[in-house]
Amino acid sequence: MDKLKIALYWAASCGGCEIATLAIGEKILKLAEAADIVFWPVGIDVKYSDVEKMPDKSIDACLFNGAIRTSENEHIAKLLRAKSKIMIAYGSCSYEGCIPGLSNFYNRQMTFERAYVETPSTDNPEKVYPQTKVKVPEGELDIPEFYDTVKTLAQTVDVDYFVPGCPPEEKTTWLALEALITGNLPPKGTVISHSIKSVCDECPRKKEEKKIKKFYRPHEIIPEPEKCLLEQGLLCYGIATRGGCGALCPQANMPCTGCYGPVEGVIDQGAHFLSAISSIIDSNDLVEIERILDDIPDPAGTFYRYSLPDSLLRRARIK
Amino acid sequence: MNSFEPKIVAFCCNWCSYAGADLAGTSRMQYSPNIRIIRVMCSGRVSPLFVLKALSLGADGVLILGCHPGDCHYIEGNYKALRRMPLLKKVLKQLGIDEERVQLEWVSAAEGARFAEVTNNFTETIKNLGPIPLGPVEEYSQGARHGQT
Repeated sequence: MDKLKIALYWAASCGGCEIATLAIGEKILKLAEAADIVFWPVGIDVKYSDVEKMPDKSIDACLFNGAIRTSENEHIAKLLRAKSKIMIAYGSCSYEGCIPGLSNFYNRQMTFERAYVETPSTDNPEKVYPQTKVKVPEGELDIPEFYDTVKTLAQTVDVDYFVPGCPPEEKTTWLALEALITGNLPPKGTVISHSIKSVCDECPRKKEEKKIKKFYRPHEIIPEPEKCLLEQGLLCYGIATRGGCGALCPQANMPCTGCYGPVEGVIDQGAHFLSAISSIIDSNDLVEIERILDDIPDPAGTFYRYSLPDSLLRRARIK
Repeated sequence: MNSFEPKIVAFCCNWCSYAGADLAGTSRMQYSPNIRIIRVMCSGRVSPLFVLKALSLGADGVLILGCHPGDCHYIEGNYKALRRMPLLKKVLKQLGIDEERVQLEWVSAAEGARFAEVTNNFTETIKNLGPIPLGPVEEYSQGARHGQT
C-alpha cells in the first residue's frame, strides 16, 4: 500500500499545536511508517509554490491549525482544501477561533493601535501601521492583508473533521491520526475526541449541590483538594466543555477554561456556560444577584475565551 | 417621524404571559404588531442561546415574559430567568449590543392590559434604538457546525 500523504499548516496560531502534534511521543514512528509529510512549514522546506504544483486531491489529509486572520491564512486554507482529500481543523483556533479570535471584540484599527502604538514597549511616534504594499528601492513589496474579523477554518473552507483543544491532548491527536492511518473514519463533521460528554464526567472531584454566593478568581483562594471547583466559587468551565482531555486542569487545582469546545450538539458554548453559571447563583433578589455577578470582571471574554468567532454573534458590534 | 418598524421576538411563558397575550387579543386591546410571539413552557426555558440566536438572525429586540415572582407554575423557573438577565445584559454590552434590546417582564394571565402596555413600551424603546447592527454574514461552509443545526 502506498503511504499516506499528510500536510500540516499553521495559520493564526501560537505554535502550540505544532508541539502538540509532536507530543504523541514514540507513536510518531508509527505515523512515519504509515505516512509521508509533504508540507509542513515548521518542519520541512516545502514552498507554497510547490504545493500549488501538486495535483488536486493529491494530499490524503491536511491537519490545519490556526484561525483565519489574514489574506495569507485564507489563501493557504483554500489551496490546501483543493489539494487535500480530508481537511481537519486541528486545535481550538481553527475549530472555534480561540485566543486570536478574542480580537473580534475589537476591529482592525483598534488592534493595530494597541499593537503598534499603545503597547508600552513600542516606540512609534509617527504611528506607522502595516501596509499591504510598500515601495522600496528594489521594487514594490506586499504583505498579506490583516482582516477586520477573525474567522474559523469552517467559515472559510469545507472542513471534514474537528480536533478540539488548546492544544489538543496527545491522546486526542492520536485518535485522529489513528483514524487516518487505519482508514476507520467517522462521519463527516465529527469532532474527534474520546468523549461527547462534559469535562465534569471525567473529573474525579466530588460534586454535590451547586449554590454560589460568591465567585473567586484562581489567585484569590486555595481550593479544597477534592470538592468540585465550581461549588467553591471558581468559574470552572467543565460543565459546558467537551471532555476527552481527562479533566487535567481541575485535577491540578485550576478551573477548566473551556478549550475543548462545546459538548456534542451545543452550538454556542458561551451562552451555555452563561446559562449554567447564572442558574446556580444562590439568590432570588436582583440586587444581590448583580452584586454576586460583579465578581466576574470580564464575562464575555471568559465565556467566549475560545469560541467568539464560532459563536452565534461571531464578533462585537463596533460603532 | 420614525418609519423604522422593528422586528421583536417575545418569548411568552405558557401559563401566564401567553394567556395574558390571549386575553389582550380577546379583549380587543390594541398592541404593537411588531411583536412575534413564541410560546415556551416557562420563562426559565428561555436559554440565553435563544436570545443570541434571535439577535444574530436580525431581531431588533427580544422580550422575555414570565409569571410574576412567586407565581411560577414550576415554582422557580422565573427566578432562573431573572438570574440570567444581568449576566446576559453584561455580555451583550461587551459585544456592542445595547442591553436595552433584551428585557424581562412579568405578565400574569389576568393582565391583558399590562401585556399591551409592556409590548408597546418595548417597541417604542427599540424604535428609538434603531435597527440592530449586523455582524459578518458570510456563508457557512457545508461542514460548519452551525450550518448543520
